[in-house]
Amino acid sequence: MDGEELTEQETALYDRQIRVWGADAQRRLSKSHILVSGLQGSVIEFCKNIVLAGVGSLTINDDRLVTEELLSANFLIPLDESVYSGRSIAELCCESLKDFNPMVRVSVEKGELSNFNVDFFGKFDAVIINCCSLATKKSVNEKCRKLLKRVAFYTVDCRDTCAEIFVDLQKYTYLKVRKGEEKFECLVEYPSFEEAISVHWKSLPKRVSKLYLAMRVIEKFEELEGRSPREISTTDLVNVQKLRRELCEAYCVSESLIPDHLLGRLLRGKTEFPPVCAIIGGILGQEVIKAISGKGDPLKNFFFFDAMDGTGLIEDISKAKTEG
Amino acid sequence: MVGAGGIGCELLKTLALSGFEDIHIIDMDTIEVSNLNRQFLFRKSHVGQSKAKVARDAVLKFRPHINITPYHANIKDPEFNVDFFRQFNVVLNGLDNLDARRHVNRLCLAASVPLIESGTTGFLGQVTVHVKGRTECYECQAKPAPKTYPVCTITSTPSKFVHCIVWAKELLFAKLFGDRNRENDLNVRSSDSSISSEQIDDVFERRMDENIEKYARRIYDHVFGYNIEVALSNEDTWKNRNRPRPIYSNDVIPAELIGQNGNLEKNSVLGDASSVSAMASLGLKNTQDIWSLKENSKVFFEAVRLFFAKRGKEVGNMIFDKDDQLAVEFVTAAANIRASSFGIPLHSLFEAKGIAGNIVHAVATTNAIIAGLIVIEAVKVLQNDTKSYRMTYCLQHPSRKMLLMPVEPFEPNKSCYVCSKTPLTLVVNTHRSKLRDVVDKIVKAKLGMNLPLIMHGSLLLYEVLAKLPSPVTGGTMLTVEDLQQELKCSINVEHREEFDEEKEPDGMILSGWSQPPLEENKDKTVVENGASTSAASVATSLGTEDDEIQVIPTQIGNKRKLSDISGSALSDHSSVTSETKFIREVEEIEDTDDLVMLDDGLSDSKKRREQ
Repeated sequence: MDGEELTEQETALYDRQIRVWGADAQRRLSKSHILVSGLQGSVIEFCKNIVLAGVGSLTINDDRLVTEELLSANFLIPLDESVYSGRSIAELCCESLKDFNPMVRVSVEKGELSNFNVDFFGKFDAVIINCCSLATKKSVNEKCRKLLKRVAFYTVDCRDTCAEIFVDLQKYTYLKVRKGEEKFECLVEYPSFEEAISVHWKSLPKRVSKLYLAMRVIEKFEELEGRSPREISTTDLVNVQKLRRELCEAYCVSESLIPDHLLGRLLRGKTEFPPVCAIIGGILGQEVIKAISGKGDPLKNFFFFDAMDGTGLIEDISKAKTEG
Repeated sequence: MVGAGGIGCELLKTLALSGFEDIHIIDMDTIEVSNLNRQFLFRKSHVGQSKAKVARDAVLKFRPHINITPYHANIKDPEFNVDFFRQFNVVLNGLDNLDARRHVNRLCLAASVPLIESGTTGFLGQVTVHVKGRTECYECQAKPAPKTYPVCTITSTPSKFVHCIVWAKELLFAKLFGDRNRENDLNVRSSDSSISSEQIDDVFERRMDENIEKYARRIYDHVFGYNIEVALSNEDTWKNRNRPRPIYSNDVIPAELIGQNGNLEKNSVLGDASSVSAMASLGLKNTQDIWSLKENSKVFFEAVRLFFAKRGKEVGNMIFDKDDQLAVEFVTAAANIRASSFGIPLHSLFEAKGIAGNIVHAVATTNAIIAGLIVIEAVKVLQNDTKSYRMTYCLQHPSRKMLLMPVEPFEPNKSCYVCSKTPLTLVVNTHRSKLRDVVDKIVKAKLGMNLPLIMHGSLLLYEVLAKLPSPVTGGTMLTVEDLQQELKCSINVEHREEFDEEKEPDGMILSGWSQPPLEENKDKTVVENGASTSAASVATSLGTEDDEIQVIPTQIGNKRKLSDISGSALSDHSSVTSETKFIREVEEIEDTDDLVMLDDGLSDSKKRREQ
């Protein structure tokens, strides 16, 4: 039991969830600071979940102006142009989020994610980034890793009916609860994002999720073309298929591991599928709550969801073999 | 949509974003403070208002052009009949109790409307699809009955804290502050017949002009001291049990000290009856603390004092309510004193409140995930993509790498009395049983019928307070029908002379209604739950018509069955609980990377193929 006790008001509001994760976890949550960047469907869902859960503060970053497309899975912004004209998506979301839970400090951080320095990330306990380039994912992850304190790092990528979450908790110890009440400390070591996506395809776990491979192809394609996730479409399929062949040949694996229909769907990812956003935002919320409270087995280190078959899969991809 | 609570709020939002444009939503509940941590469409300023209506208004802000029709009503009201259900393409349940779930299942079957059913508890959840003729209905698998306890466990031999809570809430609280005319098993049966029950009852009556403290001490000494001594005199009871210790008030708090505890002024300043609190006047702050026997005794005395001093008008007609602070304090203290007596670990008020109020664990994230899964299934149903229907489990620990586990739905159970019209069997003493008992204990309590009719051939045997009419004997077939649910089932009557009072307290046994199909295989947890309906004697005599203990996500359905209310922490979510227990069983299957057929033994003839 560390720090001050929960106030009466907090105990009343959080009653049901304290019954799930305990008062000490709730206290840790209420002292935590979270940063999110890229306010699209699944991250909007995540913000709602984490504000309701009662974190100390939430900082949101997204300077884009509101477009119809950006609102396709957004329930924080009223559909009323007079309200949002000229204001960034973060500014508009901030107001609704504050409303969800007056005990959480929600604020907007302006600026380009890739320009934030190491010290900036040091202000947070968890950093969640979304809709950004491969280079940004790598660089933000590296900056978080340079800090003395552990900053939990998450990337989210929702495309059409598919989604990927990557988690880096670095060296993480937590209380594992086995059947009954038996508890013991558990140490898990996470690879960086760069390491996790550089694993040789031959040394991946057996029957690894096809989504892991397909996402790497798409990511690579965007990097080579210098385009953002929002700037690709199904018209790129032929070129993506070409890249798939090259990568599969280089890694000596069969192209059939990455089916065309899956690539096709990932390329259609502009408009979000709200049920998938709800699911991913929910899983991500639970993971961040676990990481902050130090309670419960954390996800290591990828989560994939495909609404077509309904499976939500965890993959542990951490062997840092980088040849090839 | 049935339910605008935890799942309901998430579901309405996700439906609206996904492009659903004509949604009807029903919920009888109003908003409470403890909803606000996850029912994100509601604000503090909405407390007390209709959930369905506020949810509608909140969603229209970001999707103003869709139609949402709210109903602040009980789904079991007669206006929601089969014709009402027929107007929908699909029905989505976000309910919190078995009764309403069964009711909606029957109406969906009668109206031939697909139903998507859901439930969550903590990090666990499930979504199932029920399409008449294609997949099993909600009642094809036995639903574990809410946990109930034998009367003697509660009155004489408690071994768990929950037994003490049931005793404190259903017996002691009811006796002191509730309706005195209600049957109450508070006094242990004494072999000493010289004390008539009427004399005992006088003990609980506050005598004319009796000092409150004196009265409270008298009660304390009677229930924690004298009653335990009486129980101890039945030597047989304690052969294989730890003997309880009688506790007398003077040993815990010497008489002259009382009165110094309470701070009368503090409370009288507040004046508001609902804010009267023994904790406040004793300076106890943290609801998570576990009080000592002495502290519990002080709370006990102070709570009794405050009830009579500040809320005297309510004494005699109170029903326990988890949101009544003083009632929760009294029950916590009484349960803890009893627990000390029986060597059972004491609990905090926070924990005691959860047990006494049947409070179900709930977080926003699981509800959001489950809502997403419901919408995915709803889209399939609307596209008539029957091959893709899945039931999905949301797990806490991955099973074969899966956190969200889809499973192909089961086929309808051919021996289900709800969707396959298979006759049931009722073993009953046809000479002595009352039709009223058949209606109450069987037709309403077990078959979940709302407005039943009973027919024998073309003869209507309605609810009459009489012996079963003579033509009903062993071998007779009765027809029981609920006109609202459009459910009709046949019951074969078998005669039996004697019933075991302890094991068969109903005096009759119904079989075929919750056939335990899992009994022979390894899913033992479900069997334990399922079996409790018939084996354990239901604490019906403890029953109050308490529909206040319902909590989240939404309460739809009015009176709960008598057997529901004997204090199980999870009875509302019994179906979820059973499924999640089942999941744990699945998780134990060896982790393998192979795409396997899930062990068929899990459910007799039905395949659960992994997707």
